[in-house]
Amino acid sequence: MRIFAGLFLLALASTAVFAQTPADFLAGYSQEAKQANPGHGEPSAQRGQRFFTALHGQEWSCASCHTRNPAAAGKHAVTGKLIEPLAPAANAARFSRTAKVEKWFKRNCNDVLGRTCTAQEKGDVLAYLLTLK
Amino acid sequence: MRKKCLTAESAESAEGAGVFLLFLRVLGELRGKKMKGMMMRKPPVLLSACLLVAGTALPAHADGERFDVRNPGYQSECAACHVAYPPQLLSAASWRAVMDGLPKHFGSDASLDPAAHAEILRYLEANAGRRDTTAAGKPQLRITETRWFVREHSEDLPRDVWKRPAVKSAANCAACHTAADKGDFSERTLRLPKGVQK
Repeated sequence: MRIFAGLFLLALASTAVFAQTPADFLAGYSQEAKQANPGHGEPSAQRGQRFFTALHGQEWSCASCHTRNPAAAGKHAVTGKLIEPLAPAANAARFSRTAKVEKWFKRNCNDVLGRTCTAQEKGDVLAYLLTLK
Repeated sequence: MRKKCLTAESAESAEGAGVFLLFLRVLGELRGKKMKGMMMRKPPVLLSACLLVAGTALPAHADGERFDVRNPGYQSECAACHVAYPPQLLSAASWRAVMDGLPKHFGSDASLDPAAHAEILRYLEANAGRRDTTAAGKPQLRITETRWFVREHSEDLPRDVWKRPAVKSAANCAACHTAADKGDFSERTLRLPKGVQK
């Protein structure tokens, strides 16, 4: 019995570590942004939307693939491959695993901005995505 | 049983194909040389043996252009952005060159963490084609530029076929090969989009 109880607790603990919610990510980015710049306020959905649709000195914006409505499916700008919706309300798999989220931010920010995104930019974009239903 | 037919496409390297080969040999219908044809224009004997094995699963005109692309890492990392191109369509040297350049992968950052990179490279090398895919002494990176691809797509297709809006790019296999995502490039699943006449 004790072993089972131990395993159960372990399973609970690992769920807490690995299964994250979009709100966890938002809180994390907000905290990180404040650490980098103490004067920084809360993530802004409006700023996030502007960031999402604007070009940043490269060929593509976020919307080039995810479209201007990230609650709907998008399409890869080069290959035409279907991209599932990005907004968590439309696709529960989004913003649920750190490794995946960070991998895509790394790749896509590099494509869209030619650099990594700041915690503030990530927080703003996520705040925007969370306003979509 | 059907899986054996799928993996037989890469019979020289794929797991499980050995058993299948043995089966064919027992039938006394196959010489090793014939398997070198690998992906296109299978000798009819292979097809018939495959049909025999699969029972009723395959239609009579299935032509053996099927590949097993069910590798979890390859699917989740590579097929997120494009069709899971069958590893058999490039040589191991070409795949190594592709995987060496992932941070700038045809204009996109497709970088992988070291564990995923190693796993996928292993899969690609193990299932790579035996055909030489070099040009001017360098490994080719684009399947669509290999001699095999150009030859296979040269017949009766309009010259601008890759530029048509419904196709967009020669890399968009699924525009015509409707089951390309499953590694199925058979005639049965081939549908030219509207406006593209053969």
